[in-house]
This record gives sequence, C-alpha cells and structure tokens, in this order.
Amino acid sequence: MNEKRLITGDPADVLTDEAQIDAMIARESICNNENLIYERPETLTDAIFHYCPGCGHGVTHRLIAEVINELDIQSETIGIAPVGCAVFAYHYFNIDMTEAAHGRATAVATGIKRLLPDKYVFSYQGDGDLAAIGTGETIHTCNRGENILIVFVNNGIYGMTGGQMAPTTLIGMKSTTSPYGRDAATMGYPLRITEMIATLPATYYVTRQAVNTPANVRKAKKAFQKAFEYQKQKKGTCFIEIVSNCPSNWKMTPLQSNKWLEENMLTFYKLGDIKAPGKESAE
Amino acid sequence: MSEMKLMKGNEAMAEAAIRCGCDAYFGYPITPQSEVLEYLALYGEKRTGMVVLQAESEVAVINMVYGGACTGKRVMTSSSSPGVSLMQEGISYIATAELPCLLVNVNRGGPGLGTIQPAQGDYFQAVKGGGHGDYKLIVLAPSTVQEMVDHVKLGFELAFKWKNPIMILSDGSLGQMMEKVELYDEIPRKTEVESWALTGKPKTRERNVITSLFIDPKEMEEVNIRLQKKYREIEKEEIRYASYNCEDADYVLVAFGLVARICKKAAQLAAEKGIKIGVFRPITLYPFPYQALSDLSEKVKGMLVIEMNAGQMVEDVRLAVNGKVKVEFHGRMGGMVPSPEEILENIEEKLLGGKA
Repeated sequence: MNEKRLITGDPADVLTDEAQIDAMIARESICNNENLIYERPETLTDAIFHYCPGCGHGVTHRLIAEVINELDIQSETIGIAPVGCAVFAYHYFNIDMTEAAHGRATAVATGIKRLLPDKYVFSYQGDGDLAAIGTGETIHTCNRGENILIVFVNNGIYGMTGGQMAPTTLIGMKSTTSPYGRDAATMGYPLRITEMIATLPATYYVTRQAVNTPANVRKAKKAFQKAFEYQKQKKGTCFIEIVSNCPSNWKMTPLQSNKWLEENMLTFYKLGDIKAPGKESAE
Repeated sequence: MSEMKLMKGNEAMAEAAIRCGCDAYFGYPITPQSEVLEYLALYGEKRTGMVVLQAESEVAVINMVYGGACTGKRVMTSSSSPGVSLMQEGISYIATAELPCLLVNVNRGGPGLGTIQPAQGDYFQAVKGGGHGDYKLIVLAPSTVQEMVDHVKLGFELAFKWKNPIMILSDGSLGQMMEKVELYDEIPRKTEVESWALTGKPKTRERNVITSLFIDPKEMEEVNIRLQKKYREIEKEEIRYASYNCEDADYVLVAFGLVARICKKAAQLAAEKGIKIGVFRPITLYPFPYQALSDLSEKVKGMLVIEMNAGQMVEDVRLAVNGKVKVEFHGRMGGMVPSPEEILENIEEKLLGGKA
C-alpha cells in the first residue's frame, strides 16, 4: 500500500485515498523554499492577526507592510494606530508606532511629522475614528496639507464596539444602534468624507480602493506605493480610503459580505482616484 | 550672557521657551494667554527653527503634543482653563505613555466659560488629575514673572528626568502683568536622540512602541504600579516651597502663586500691628510639601489658607496639619483678587477672634 503520513507523524493521520494524498503533498510543498511565492515581509511581526475571518484589515495591513518593505523605508517610517478594530495595529507592523486617542491619529501624526519632517508618517483609522469623532482633526490635517498618508478603512460600522451605526453606514443598513435601518430623517446621511477631503487644496492624492478581489488588492497596493512616493517628494496629504467589509457585524459569511460590499457599498462609495496628479480636481 | 528686561508674563514665558531650545509649541488662542502663541509665531521659528503651530482646537493641540513628545524632543503648549479642560483626555494618555512635555495653564475664573480674569480654580484639576485614571503631573506654581521664566527651564528638565508631563499653573494676572525679568542664555535645541523615541526602526534595534493601552488587566496593573513607584520617588525628590518669616511666627498664611505675594504684604501690615504672621508658599503643588507644613504646624497657633477659589489647596493643608492646629480659609472666586487689607481682616477675624 502506498502509505504516506502527515508531518505530525501521528499514525491516525495515515491516508490511503490517492486524491487526498496528492492534495496534501501539494499543500506541504509550499513549505519548501523553492515553491514559495509569498512570505511575510520583515515589516510585519509574526503576531497572529486578531481580525475576524474575511475582514479587509488583514490584507490592508499586509499591503502597507509590503510597500514599506519594498521601498526599504522601515527605518524611516512611523505609524499611528487608531481606536477601533485596528487599535492593535502596532502588534503587527514591525516599525516604530504609537497609538492615538479616539479620532486624534492625524493630530498625533502632525506632531510627529512636524518634528521629523524627513520621516514617512502614516495614520491608520476606521470610519468612526476618522469620520465621526475625529472629523475636525481629519479635515484640518488635510487642510494644512500635512505631508503624511492617511489610511481610512471604511466598513460602514463600528466593529470593535460591536456593530453600532457609523457615519458611513448606508441608508437602510441595520446596526445595533439603527436596528430598523438607518433613517436619514433622524440619523442623517452616510458621509462621503473622502470626496470632502478631495476639495481641499492642500491634499495631493485622494483615492478610494477596496481589497475584496485580487484585482482590487493589486490596485490598492499601487495606491499605497504612489502615496509613499508622493510623501517622499513632499507633495502634501495623501488620503487612501479602503472600502471594506465587516462579516461579523454585518452578520454574514466572508463571501456573503464581499458580495454585499460589491452590490451596496461600492455602488455608493465608488472606487477610483478622486484627486490625483494629472486628474482634474474634484473642485 | 543673561539679560534683564521688562516683560509681560506670557511673553516672558514664550521668550523662555525659545531660550530653552524648545523644539515645538502647539497652541490655540484663548484669553488670557494668547500672547504666548503670538510671541512664538513672531520669533520662534525665525530664531531657532522651532515648530510653532496654531491648531484647530485644544483637543488637536494636546494630541500634537503627544505626537511631538513621541519623537523625544522638547514640546510644549499653553492654554487657559476651558482649553485645559479640553486637553484632559490627552494629558491622561501622555502621563500613561510616560512622555515628557511642558503644559501651561494661565488660570482664569470659572466654572463654565467663566471670565478672563485671574483665578486659581484649576488647582484640583492640575494636582489631583483632571483626566481619567491614576496619574500625576508635576505641578509648578510661579508667583512672579521671573518664576514663569525659570519654571519653563525647570519644567523641561523635570519632564525628561521623570518622563512625565509637567504643568505650570499660573494665572491671568501673572500672564498679563509686566515685571523685570532676568533671562538666561539660550540653550541649543536638542540633538541627542532618546532611546525610547519614535524615529524609525533601524535594523539594529527592536521597534519602539508608545501606547497607553494595556488590555490585559495584569499588565495594566503593572503599569500602574510602575507609575505609582515613580510618583513616590518624585514625592521624595522634587518638593519645593518658600517660606517668609515663618521662624518666629504665631500664625501662618498659606498661599500659592500670585496670592502668596499679596499675603506677604498682608503679613507686613500685620507686623505693623504687632501680629507675627509668616507666609508659606508651596512652589510644587504636586508633589505637595506635606511634611514641611506638618512640621510648621508644631510651631504655630493656626494657619489661614488664602486662595482665588472656593477652597482647594486648603484640603491638602488640612491633610498635612492633620488637626494639630486650626486651618482656616478665605477665598475669592470668579476672577476677584483678594487685597492685603482684606487678608488682614481675615487674620483678625478667623485666627485672632476679632480685631487686634
């Protein structure tokens, strides 16, 4: 009999089905260096992400880390974590980082960047942090044209506190604090803060991306590459919104949430550059 | 060379910041301290290249201070009572993350929007922790324009010695009045890099993380224990106070800041009437000179605490004295300043039981 065992060597793991064996070998073979097509960049620690399965934060973290690594600017980059799901971002990025009070990441980023103007500085914030409690800091940081990158992950809900309504929650969308769906009459409208930011003369590159498909992941990565490059050239504020999902609080499977994102979020929060060099400004 | 000048308190403090090699000042206009931001906007960047930034709010200011302090440089702000209230969340974060910085409160009358006149109603906020959780600021209380200048230098030294936010608790009168000051020589801006600062992680060291978040209660308690240990050491090493004619006094006036100067005048008026009054002035409000006041209470018949508030420091004086002698209180509020004559009347009424 063609007997093969799993790496654990546990006799109970003995497999006899040929198809299963082939699949297992295929899985094991990616552990061999010559078969590696992806590895953890040095700019990520080996801590396991606490993010829920299917959440876009993990991919977004990885993209930023990859870009920092590829540009070889680990020693020149400082990040600011928000209050929200990404509050522990500093566990994952292997770079100098701090953690800001709720909504104040861009003010903290301003303080760091003004004192260390030659370093790369980025803030990483969610919709509640950046577009509700921190709206003032967001707008004024962009209006001063602070030469930083603001990463804005928008999933239309407060994730960490358990699914409350966010400034970006869509009309009719249910949350624990809009249990009958967001009603514009009493709760106002979903805020397209990225479009607002693009009207400010001191912003340089304002774009909306997503990480729900491989193609979108590749486009988002290009946006991060550009933003760090523009920061190097001291062009002013770069602002990247990542429209993301929240399977746990949307109460969907990851696949369902990506479909829902495609059909609902992306029809309201349209992807693409809102303000970019060479593109006519949103003004 | 040091230099003598006639200067307004707020401007003298701004000049002191430049001469201390302050790397960044973040501010927001509020009466009666806007001259600090104005003076630095005029001269700061021009003379030393320091960062001077007018933010959109005091909330933004304190978080810029947090960010600036993360880089290990000399960072400061100043404001007045309502503005300092807005900063309290950020101050709690800064104290927990153990970041050095200098904060100034040019105290005005309150509560609420209050008045722009001088007051001392922010004693509790400054000394007992106006923000959430168990943290302490080292609080310096200048009583002259000269001390406002000196405390800027001392404040930066203490901030880096203890990795702790320092607050200068001044008031609207000290900020606005002009006095002769001796200005010290300019100290160059900081070039040395702090090992804990965020500067970008080189290959040669682990990444630096500055946070006030410790989600595991065991770890959070350890942070608290470490902070409390630091505060006990500060209480041993950093107590400062001044006393005037306390050696052979029958009674003592206790006051901080500007009020202590008015008390001196009241003590002189009392001396003319043959009443022996000393004046005790805490210079550090935290750490508070409990022992010195306790010792003093063994030698006098009573104490009268004078403040421009409804009675705040008097609680600490009573804790220090612990019932050994009577501790009376007289306060003015809402921006009113007590006069020497008024204090003398209170000495006669509250300590001597009637006119001498």
